[in-house]
Amino acid sequence: MIEIENVRKSFGPLEVLKGVSLAVQKGEVLSIIGGSGSGKSTLLMCINGLEPIQGGRILVDGTDVHAPGTDLNRLRRRIGIVFQQWNAFPHLTVLENVMLAPRKVLGKGRREAEEIAAKNLRHVGLGEKLSVYPSKLSGGQQQRMAIARALAMSPDYMLFDEVTSALDPQLVGEVLDTLRMLSDEGMTMILVTHEIRFARDVSDRVAFFHKGVIHEIGPAREVIGNPQMPETIDFLKSVL
Amino acid sequence: MLETNLGWNDILFMLKGAGVTLSITAWAMLGGTILGMAFGLARTTLPWWLNAPLGAVLDVLRSVPLLIQFVLANSFKSIIGVNASAFTVACVMLSLYTASYCSEIVRGGILAVPATTRRAARSLGMTYRQDLAHIVFPMALRVALPNWIGLVLSVMKDTALVLWIGIVELLRASQIVVTRLQEPLLVLSVAGLIYFLMSFPVARLGARLEKRWHEND
Repeated sequence: MIEIENVRKSFGPLEVLKGVSLAVQKGEVLSIIGGSGSGKSTLLMCINGLEPIQGGRILVDGTDVHAPGTDLNRLRRRIGIVFQQWNAFPHLTVLENVMLAPRKVLGKGRREAEEIAAKNLRHVGLGEKLSVYPSKLSGGQQQRMAIARALAMSPDYMLFDEVTSALDPQLVGEVLDTLRMLSDEGMTMILVTHEIRFARDVSDRVAFFHKGVIHEIGPAREVIGNPQMPETIDFLKSVL
Repeated sequence: MLETNLGWNDILFMLKGAGVTLSITAWAMLGGTILGMAFGLARTTLPWWLNAPLGAVLDVLRSVPLLIQFVLANSFKSIIGVNASAFTVACVMLSLYTASYCSEIVRGGILAVPATTRRAARSLGMTYRQDLAHIVFPMALRVALPNWIGLVLSVMKDTALVLWIGIVELLRASQIVVTRLQEPLLVLSVAGLIYFLMSFPVARLGARLEKRWHEND
């Protein structure tokens, strides 16, 4: 379970999260929607400690992420994150990209890491591309590789930060299909996304972020189909 | 016109000098690269109050002509009574000089690795060191290699300046032969050819590595 309690986060004088509280249960899929600069992506970085926070706290299965004694490297093994820019390691093959963390972080042997990597790559439909370098892949394939790379750590949670925003429109579908597959398998996921219809179809709940606070949160169909707050209504009008 | 007094013994003498040139180059590149990597990494991570003085020292090493550095270091060595050979002084000074250039090459390579890629590595649970070893250094190497190869070639030619502190390397050996035979054009051509034969494989090796890596880009 991920518990976010009254989190405040600033970049210098700019406060991007102004007291955000949220809980995500095991097995739940939560989508976060909202305009650019509303703090959605920042929240994801705070959850796995890539960004420090200035107030409140975040608990992942009871571990306080930002407490001084927390071993973030250990915590991050349990929380996969995929970014808007897929961030392939360009000097490694697709298989090596996915093997690296299981080998170095989890200490798996070469053979076992290879098996884990190949299994996860086949799972996202890249079984034919194992020995290829990322530069030879399309954006959608690179993004699926990034998903397999995160999955290879067998995380309990997956965070997705606008993973389709940098893709050509015709490549968005294949990545969304992969996300849908993960959600069907029961993966606990937080998705920051601009794909409103996808969010409605795949998520249990949707949270609408606006100016650093959650304006509305609830079951996906209600928030998107029947929004209550004027800000949510305006936002949905502008994007749908 | 084509008659010459340049004999095998002279060429052998020059090749011995070339051996000294290669040896100094190798030591300077070894020391300079290790130090350069340390300094280059330090310059991307240290706080400014440590970074600024380090940068200043490296700037001095880069800005003062190497010849002056050799002569000063060699004299200073005698003044403070350190018992080091001219060869050692040459290797140490050339290492520092190489390190000052190498640190900039390394720094540029490290800064060329996108912060987002490093963040992706850390998000997988990799430690700072693992990120450096498995992501940053290999990626930086690809950016830095062409410049590093250029540095090797440049240092190899800079070794000629050590003749001023009494070391007989290729150029000094050639001068000695010229003085004896009075055939400067031929002897210097042979010396130039030897320099070329030493440099060419390095340049080729660099080009091959670059080509191999670029096939994946």
